Amino acid sequence: MADKVVVKNLFKIFGPGPSRAFDLMDQGMGKEEIFEKTGLTVGVREADFTVKSGEIFVVMGLSGSGKSTLVRMLNRLIEPSRGEVWVNDENVTKMNAKELNEMRRHTMSMVFQSFALMPHMTVLDNACFGLDVAGMSKPQRHERAMSALEQVGLKTYAESYPQELSGGMQQRVGLARALAQDPDILLMDEAFSALDPLIRSEMQDELINLQEESDRTVIFISHDLHEAMRIGDRIAMMEGGRIVQIGTPDEILKNPADKYVQSFFRGVDPTTVFAAKDVARKSQLTLRWHKGEGYPVAALEQMRQEDRSWAYVLDRHQKFMGVVSEASLEQASERGDQNLSQALLPDVNPVPFDTPLQEILTIVRKYDFPVPVVDENNVYLGVVSKNRFLRTLEHGIDKPQTEATA
Amino acid sequence: MLDIFNFKEHIIPMEKWVAGAVDWLVGNYRPQFQAVKWPVEQTLNGINWVLQIVPPIIFLIILFAIAWRLSSWKVGIFGVITFLLAGYLGMWEETMTTLAMVISAVVFCVIVGIPMGIIAARSDRFVAFIRPILDAMQTTPAFVYLVPVVMLFSIGTVAGVIATIIFAMPPIIRLTNLGIRQVQSDVVEAAKSFGATPNQILWKVQFPLALPTIMAGLNQTIMMSLSMVVIAALIGAGGLGVPVFEGLNSLRVGLAFIGGLSIVLLAMVLDRITQSLGESKRIQQRDES
Ligand SMILES: Nc1ncnc2c1ncn2[C@@H]1O[C@H](COP(=O)(O)OP(=O)(O)O)[C@@H](O)[C@H]1O
Ligand SMILES: [Mg+2]
Repeated sequence: MADKVVVKNLFKIFGPGPSRAFDLMDQGMGKEEIFEKTGLTVGVREADFTVKSGEIFVVMGLSGSGKSTLVRMLNRLIEPSRGEVWVNDENVTKMNAKELNEMRRHTMSMVFQSFALMPHMTVLDNACFGLDVAGMSKPQRHERAMSALEQVGLKTYAESYPQELSGGMQQRVGLARALAQDPDILLMDEAFSALDPLIRSEMQDELINLQEESDRTVIFISHDLHEAMRIGDRIAMMEGGRIVQIGTPDEILKNPADKYVQSFFRGVDPTTVFAAKDVARKSQLTLRWHKGEGYPVAALEQMRQEDRSWAYVLDRHQKFMGVVSEASLEQASERGDQNLSQALLPDVNPVPFDTPLQEILTIVRKYDFPVPVVDENNVYLGVVSKNRFLRTLEHGIDKPQTEATA
Repeated sequence: MLDIFNFKEHIIPMEKWVAGAVDWLVGNYRPQFQAVKWPVEQTLNGINWVLQIVPPIIFLIILFAIAWRLSSWKVGIFGVITFLLAGYLGMWEETMTTLAMVISAVVFCVIVGIPMGIIAARSDRFVAFIRPILDAMQTTPAFVYLVPVVMLFSIGTVAGVIATIIFAMPPIIRLTNLGIRQVQSDVVEAAKSFGATPNQILWKVQFPLALPTIMAGLNQTIMMSLSMVVIAALIGAGGLGVPVFEGLNSLRVGLAFIGGLSIVLLAMVLDRITQSLGESKRIQQRDES
């Protein structure tokens, strides 16, 4: 994959006379010490990383760790104090005002935590903003903005004003405004942090879908582990202006670089303590291999009645046989199959009960449906869903379970 | 020794100095002063001519339409009744002259004041430069403005309007500056992130969002113009100040009262009409939601 964004040795010092801070940093002083000595704030220090084309790159860290500063240096809303940013093999740090605006108009769009919509413009005009600024004609930009609004499901609200919409809808407008530009790169600064948990996970899923459809590069800022794990292909952990670790979610889970990274997992790292059987729950619909449920049509009927998209097929000794989906059953019944065996989804491997949690993440991410867990005799123990997994990471395991169907 | 406190003997010849300086200024910079005076004079004469020539019935219809559009039909009716009253008090012509002076002064205040407010919003140095001037202008009693204006532009209605322009300018500069600076920084940042140039940010984002505040400034400027235009009768400007001034000088209290009443009525109408400018439709929408 091509390198989309390359950041080299990037620094931001806030305050007058930043060179003093560089001297102190060379002596190995930290953010607090430097502030006490000079009154200068180290926003970002020594950032070095590469974001690949089509990747969702999450920057994570506590509030004040420099995430917003870092992402704003990519499109130079904040001028770097030192270092370079390369986008599509062009040196952003060297661009003049005109080149910079061109890049902001066509290559990189941003979504803001506070939505930052124009209150005096309709939803449509908001979505048009970047295109308007770039000088696109009205009919053309309306067309583009309408299709962006359609992508986020807000076409019917085109003539409303942002204040008339809910927070979630406003941020969809923010997203549509960015998508209308058809940018290579989306910068999202805690874009979902201001939303309710439910709407938030909905938006996260939507973002992942959008990204898969268009193969956009996304640089996503978050202070939330759950969110980072859920959407990130790779995660950069920031602390005190520094990037302390970069890696895939599993890598970071397995080998947290330091106490700070570990602290995101609240106390003990559950992944080292728990195994698959501890988190498995029988929350899913199961079907018997024989008897009446063994026919595709009957199975389909039962799934529809219970409003499930997947079902787990067991034999009469509760041994795991495979997973069927609504679609696979429909195909089987169209073909006139009399048995579930042709409807089983291919390549589904159940997880052994003693698999450590840290190894499950990759597996959980691989499947659309919750992953089945079996004991040594291949007896079905339940499933681990993405939500359940992430919740365990955050809250530990002993909380009373009120998990809805995963 | 105490002789030095004999003020009659020791007078600073300030009067002569100033007169000399003014003579020199006016003599050497006549074209510059004319360049200031000429557009004001043309504008004033044009507006005054129109207002004097328009039949009252047409004027009242237009007034009602404007008040209705900008505010409400109630304000429209209030305005019509008020102007009718001024007419029946025998003050129609004077009211029209005063209105023409106010409109001309406000036109120039807007033409000069809004750009200055915009510059101020973009440059802290410019603010540091004009703020003391604006403060001084605001604390100086209206009366005192007449002195330098008479020195440089002599007397008459045009000089009165020039004094008014200077007097009524500060609020529109201040509130344009304030309105633009108050626009939420995240919205401006968003505009920037989408590649808007500083000018695009100004006209597409900052100015429209500052408009209610700028309109509040316009309202203040209009009200200050009216008060100054009346005082300008002291230096020979026409309009509603004249009956007040004459009435007081010759102890015709009735005349002074009629003039004063007309001024108050005109002030109320102008205030009502322009107050609603600050509460734009967008804001109303916002409140409803
Ligand atoms: N404009 C600024 N002037 C001075 N200090 C700033 C400015 N912006 C951010 N900072 C400081 O830089 C550090 C990083 O801030 P920020 O990037 O906003 O963190 P985050 O987004 O991770 O919460 C903080 O200590 C913050 O106080
Ligand atoms: Mg931030």
